[in-house]
Formats: sequence, C-alpha cells, structure tokens
Amino acid sequence: MKLQLRGITKRFGSLVANDHIDLTVEAGEIHCLLGENGAGKSTLMNVLYGLYQADEGEVLLNDEVQHFEGPGDAMAAGIGMVHQHFMLIPVFTVAENVMLGNESTRAGGLLDLPAARAKVNEIAARFGFHVDPDALVEDLPVGVQQRVEIIKALSRDAKVLVFDEPTAVLTPQETDELMAIMRQLKAEGKSIVFITHKLREVREVADRITVIRLGKVVGEASPTASNAELASLMVGRAVELTVQKDEPKLGDDALVVDHLTVVDPIGQLVVNDVSFTVRRGEILAVAGVQGNGQTELTEALLGLAHHVQGSAVLDGTELVGQSVRNILESGVGFVPEDRTEDGLVGEFTIAENLMLDRSESPPFVRAGNLQRSHLADFAREKVEEFDIRTQGINEYVQRLSGGNQQKVVLARELSRDLRLLVAAQPTRGVDVGSIEFIHKRIVAARDSGVPVVVVSTELDEVAALADRIMVMYRGRIVGIVPGDTPRDVLGLMMAGEVPAEGAAA
Amino acid sequence: MSRTVEHHRVAPQPDALATTVVTSWKAPIAFAIFTLIALALAVFAPRPGETTYRWSRETDAIQVPDLTVPAMQALWAVVALLAVSTLYSVLLVRSKRRVPLWLIVVFALLFMFGFLTWAGAGSSLPMIGLLFGSLSLAVPLIYGSLAGVIGERAGVVNIAIEAQLLSGAFTAAVVASITGQPWLGLIAAMVAGMLVGMVLAAFAIKYFVDQVIVGVVLNVLVVGLTSFFFSQVLAPNAAALNTPPRFDRLHIPVLGDIPIIGPVFFRQTIIVYLMYIAVALVYIGLFHTRWGLRVRAVGEHPQAADTVGIRVNSTRFWNVALAGAIAGLGGTFFTIGSGIAFNKEMTAGAGFIALAAVIFGQWDPIKATLAALLFGFASNLQNTLSVIGSPVPSEFMLMLPYVVTIFAVAGLVGKSRAPAADGKPYIKS
Repeated sequence: MKLQLRGITKRFGSLVANDHIDLTVEAGEIHCLLGENGAGKSTLMNVLYGLYQADEGEVLLNDEVQHFEGPGDAMAAGIGMVHQHFMLIPVFTVAENVMLGNESTRAGGLLDLPAARAKVNEIAARFGFHVDPDALVEDLPVGVQQRVEIIKALSRDAKVLVFDEPTAVLTPQETDELMAIMRQLKAEGKSIVFITHKLREVREVADRITVIRLGKVVGEASPTASNAELASLMVGRAVELTVQKDEPKLGDDALVVDHLTVVDPIGQLVVNDVSFTVRRGEILAVAGVQGNGQTELTEALLGLAHHVQGSAVLDGTELVGQSVRNILESGVGFVPEDRTEDGLVGEFTIAENLMLDRSESPPFVRAGNLQRSHLADFAREKVEEFDIRTQGINEYVQRLSGGNQQKVVLARELSRDLRLLVAAQPTRGVDVGSIEFIHKRIVAARDSGVPVVVVSTELDEVAALADRIMVMYRGRIVGIVPGDTPRDVLGLMMAGEVPAEGAAA
Repeated sequence: MSRTVEHHRVAPQPDALATTVVTSWKAPIAFAIFTLIALALAVFAPRPGETTYRWSRETDAIQVPDLTVPAMQALWAVVALLAVSTLYSVLLVRSKRRVPLWLIVVFALLFMFGFLTWAGAGSSLPMIGLLFGSLSLAVPLIYGSLAGVIGERAGVVNIAIEAQLLSGAFTAAVVASITGQPWLGLIAAMVAGMLVGMVLAAFAIKYFVDQVIVGVVLNVLVVGLTSFFFSQVLAPNAAALNTPPRFDRLHIPVLGDIPIIGPVFFRQTIIVYLMYIAVALVYIGLFHTRWGLRVRAVGEHPQAADTVGIRVNSTRFWNVALAGAIAGLGGTFFTIGSGIAFNKEMTAGAGFIALAAVIFGQWDPIKATLAALLFGFASNLQNTLSVIGSPVPSEFMLMLPYVVTIFAVAGLVGKSRAPAADGKPYIKS
C-alpha cells in the first residue's frame, strides 16, 4: 500500500512540531525517517496513527484521502505501529494482548482464546520465531515483547508498518534479527516507515531516507551517504562523532565494589554478586541492555537501594548502609538516568535546581536562610560555564530542552569536589550538539583525576568514553574488557555470552 | 513441609533472574500478639462453665447435634496450639521461608474458636444465626466491593461507594413506599447509584478532578441531601413516604434444607440471590469476556488500549456508572431488603469497609467477596455476643469490624498489585 503525507502541520501552542511535512512511502519499501530527539518524528507518526489530529495537511493511502478520528480508524485502514514504548499490557498474556480491541468470541460471549493463540503461533511461524501465546508479557525479554507488537500489528492485516525507534531497547544481535524481519516484511510487500536517530541502522536497511530537523523536512539522502553527511544533515552543522581523549593517567584504586548484591522487593537478585574496581582518572563504562541491573547498581552506590549486601568502598569509606546525604557529602556525584524524575524538580528554577543537593550548609544556606545573592552569582557562572541555553537563571527547568536540562544536572554535580562521578545514561534524549559537550565534560572530570562510572545502553557512547567496559547481563558481570573492544564482541557479551579470551582486563 | 529450600535458587531458564526469599516478621509478630491475648484471657479473666454451639434451629427438618465444650479446658488447649503455631512460624521465617496462607487461616480459626468459647461460657451460641447474620450484613459490603472492583479495574478509584449505597437505600425506601412495589424501589435504587457514579465519572474523567476528592465530596453531599430530605420531607410524612414494603425471604427447595448451609445461604431475600448472580457474573465478565478484557486494559495501560482503538474515557465512564448501579442495588439491603424505614446516615461507613474489601481482596471479585464476608462476620459477632451477654465491653465490640479491617488491609495483604493506571486520569494530548 502506498502511503502519502501531504503538508502535515501540527502545533502544540506556539511550538510547531511538524511544519508542512511531505512524505511518500511506496509498497515494498523501507523508508527511514532520520532526525534527532525532538525533531518531530514521533509527532508525525502519531498524526499518521490517529493519536493526534493534524492542524493542516492530509494522509493518503493508495491516493485516497483518509480521516482518522483515532487509532482504531488508522488500524482499520491498514496502518500498524510498533511503538517506542511498547503498547502492551504487562499483566496480560501474549494472546490477550494480540486480541485486545479485535476480540473474537465464542458462544455466550466468552473470549475465543484458542483462536488468538493459533493466530500468534501462525504469524510467529511465518517469521521463523517462537513466542509462547500464554506467557505474561511482563515476563518476556524486551526483544520478544517487540515481536509481540509486530504480531499484534500483523494480526490486524497491517499493510503499512511504522517502527518508532525500535532498536533503542535491543542488543546488537536483536537489532540484526529485527532488520531481518523488516526485510522479510518488505518482501511481503508491506510499506515500512523506520524512525531512528542511529545512522548505522539507517544505512544498513533503508531504501530511502528522509531527514527531519526542527519539524521540517530538510532533505533526502541515499543509503550510500556517509555517517558524517547524514549527521550534519540531521544536526544542521558539522559534528564530531568521536570524543577526543588522551590516554588515561591512572591513579590508585578509588572505588572498590566487592560482592555487591541488590535484592528487589519480590526477591529477585537484580544485581547479583558484582565485584569491580575503578581507579582514579579512569572511566569505567557499564554496558548492557536496559534492565540488566545497571540502574540498581547505580542506586546501590548512591544509597538509594534497599536490601543491599556486600560492600562498596570509596577511598576507604564504606558506602553500603550509609544515608544518601552522607554519600553525597563524601564526594559522590550522580547523574540519574531519568533527569525529569530523579535529577531535577521541573517547577523549580535553574538556580534552585543547581543547589538542590547543597541545601544543608554554607555557602548556599546560613542559619537556615537561603543565600539568594550567592546562589544567583553561582547560577550565572554555571549557566555560562556549561553553555546552558536559557532566558535566565530564573527560568523553570521544565521549560528547557532535554540537552539543557541535562547540562543543569551535570553543572550541579560537577561543581562539587568529587571523589567519584556516577553518570547513568548521561546523553539519553539529548541533542547531538549537547552530547558532544557532555562527553567533553565527563572526559575532563576523568582527566582531573576523578574516577567515573558511566552507565549507557548506547554502544556508541560506551565506545566514545570508556577506558574499560564492564558488561552486565541479568544482574551479573559478563566481563570487564578494554575500551577498544570491537562492537560485535560487546554485542555477544550483552546477550550474556562470556568472551573466549577471558573476562580479565 | 520437611524438604529443605536453598537460599539462592538459580533459575532453571536463562530468562528468569535468580531469586532469594524476602522474609517478613509480620506474621510471627501478629501470631505472638494474638497468642498473648488468648493467654491473657485465660489467666486474668477465666470464665468457668460450658459453651454450647448450636448448629440448627428447632424448625429445621434435619437436626445437627449441638457441640458442647468445657470453656476453660478448650481455651487452654487453644492457647497451647496457638503457641505451637507461633513457634512454627518463627522457625519458618528464621530459615528464610514464608509463612504459608493455610497456617494463617488455621491460626485465625483457632483463635476465633478459643475466643468464642471463652465469651460464650455458660451459655449457648446460635451458630446459624451468627452465620446467617454475617451473610446478611455482608450483602451491602459485597455489592459495594463489586462496584469498587469494577471501578478500579477500569482505572477510577470509587471512594463514593458510601454515597451510592446511601442514595440507593434512600431512593429504594421512598419509591417502594409510594408505589408499594419493592421491585420498583430496587430499580430506582440502581438508577440513583448510577447517577452518583456518573457524577463521579464526569468529574474524574472529563475534568480530571482528583478522584479521591470527588468521591469524598460526593459522600458528604449525599449524606447532606438524604439527611435534609429525611428530616424535612420523610419524617413528617413517614406513613406515605417512608414505610417501605420488604422483600420476603424465599426458601429455595432442596438447597434450603441442607443442614447448616441451607438456613444460612438459601433462605434469604431476592437481594441476596441477586448478589450470588452478580458475583459470578462480574467474575466471569472480568476475566473471560471482551468487556472484561477491555475494562482491565483501560485500567492497566490506557494508552495501549487507545492505540488498539478502545475508547478509554467512554469505557471508563460507563463502567463507573455500572459500578454505581451495583452499589445502589446494594443500598436496598438497608431499607427494602430488611423492611426498615430510611434513617439518617444509615449505611454507617459500609461503603468504606467495602473499599477495604476491594483492596484486601486484591481487586478480584471473588476474593473481595470473601473479604466482605469476613467483615460481615466481625460485625455480626459483635451483635451476637452482646445478645448472649458477652463479658467484653460493648464499645470494644463495636470496634471489632474496624479493627479487623485495619489488620486485614495493613497486615495480611500480600503482594497485591493495584491496576497500574488506577486513579490516574487519561489525558490525551
């Protein structure tokens, strides 16, 4: 089925998320929509899927103008979507998720589960994989959950399939498998829209590429274009894709983690007997697919986790069992993985956010009173130093872009005397320009002798920053390898395979 | 129970994380407290005599013999058994194992037997009356908890169950008095409950007002309205407006003649029989029909439901309205179900206890029903004991249903999980 978008415009208040976007996707074609976070790709697809109503423009399928009141209409017209955040109900089984909204019933109005199971098995078999129709979705690995999404779309006879950032949660191997599935769908004559900001994947699978920046189509590119060409088209200027960094000047052991175990409330060992050491002046990157214990590991280091066994010693001081305040005061800087949830208070100003974890003592507070003038000076200095693009220090943090918000977090954490920096997903949802800056600051911290732990699910980031790489899988350390380890080895390790040459580095 | 359990069990499949057992001392501590209470009763307030448990009425066709036990010997035996259970639970937790549910149930039954025997020493306990009354008192709680389960499964917290019960009781009394038809009262009560539900739904779903606040406001509003109409309109014209006819008790043939079970369950009014049907229908509906799948989807992950073409807010609206109708039906128990005239605030917090039953029952219609029965039993125990002349002060006994509620909700609720989007409005951008 041929899909055309003509002059789609979508405004949110004064923000124009999509500005007269035109897009044509032929049947049997994989069309890549490339753009940074916040460029308007997802908004466009939500318009296509009927979740948003366009202010202007129209959607055409096989040259017929469509009017979608909601996702139900879009689905009925043959559009299927694999969402970035899976639209699956965790406590339902695979079969229940696939049939939801499209249920067939037996006598007495009872759900026809056998038919749904058969459908799941039939579609899965067509693509050569297996999914248990009776498994609860929450028990499945994310890669399999994504297949359930695909099955769900196909069970409704989707002819146009939209994949919204599908590889964000996948291991490199799972990504390759997804690419294979996409090619197979293409061979079946489906039209595929593939939304991403990852250049490598685009070049691997796309037939055509449309680049979007700030809500506008800025150009088309061919899959043979180089990474640098695509990146500059996407960002609007030449960007450095690699971080300049010198050999590390290694100092003594700073953080020694010994047999650390974190148990979650239902008794699962989310971090399972983990031991490693970080030296002064070194970046240890913790790689792994989302949800393999990295979050819990950082929380344990910060004293945020309950049920922690084992020890983590920083410069001779035990961190496990200490209060968060004591740990912060002993010089641990923390960039949490979800800045809007844990890193910032959206309704506070930039200045207030910059002193969030320093409200106990001078110079920001004296005798219980905020020192406003000192804070203002400090904030102005940090806004300058960290290149935070803002109207002023009294702007609310929630109005900043993701990149600028992250710079506020980084400015706050790096302006203390650090003895350890823990940065979880430091560039998630951050524009390419800010990524460069944030990476430089992290490397600068390391060069000043601070031991750094960076948690990232992006292999590009891991490769850019790491002096050593620790790969985690299901709460355990698969191995600790040198920073220049090839991607395919890391990919296998992220799937839990121990590298042949041993785990020492 | 003699097999050993390793501390760290490695999962059989690579997909699952290794687990350990997180133990809790809650159960052993609660056991110890109740054992001490029983011990204190035996030591400080011994009551000599015999306790007779009567299992049938004189009119029953099949008579079950009475059970007579010497009170103090029985109590001491119970104390000993309770102590053994407590020790066993301590051992379990110390060896990193969970206290199984059966032990909690056995412990509770033992304690109850000991307490009843002690309290009823020197007299006889009408067990049929106790159980029959428990079921009756549980009726509004069960209807209310069904309403709560449906609402919360759809993602709307229904604090206004109390208001729905009260408006149902009021409307049923007035309509049945005017028309002389209890059936019309029943239908009117459902409409009244549904209207309250719709107000809640409109504010919570359309205008995103905090659901708990709307619910509380509705409770106060309905109390005020019904009290006003009661004192200004009903009281002066009681004969015409507030003399509701009652539903007669229906003796179901065969089933009603089974010893113990028959007189308790099958000699009730139509409201109780409707309740059996409602519990079964809600259970089957929620878990085996398209309606239930969609209701649960909307309450768990409204956005996912939206993306498969389910209209989230209208689904929520109509299910909250349906829940209101069910609660309104439950309210009829207070007036036409019992043949009592309407009175100010006559539901006396039943809606809140129903809400507790929803949580204690883990958002499951059957478990919520069982929880409501437990609360009904606690209420009726207090009635029965005051009739046979219990040594416990009546004020203390009046607290019993609420104490049971607090303990049940705080202490015994295990790993239950509310619907993920419970109480959260679905705002489409």
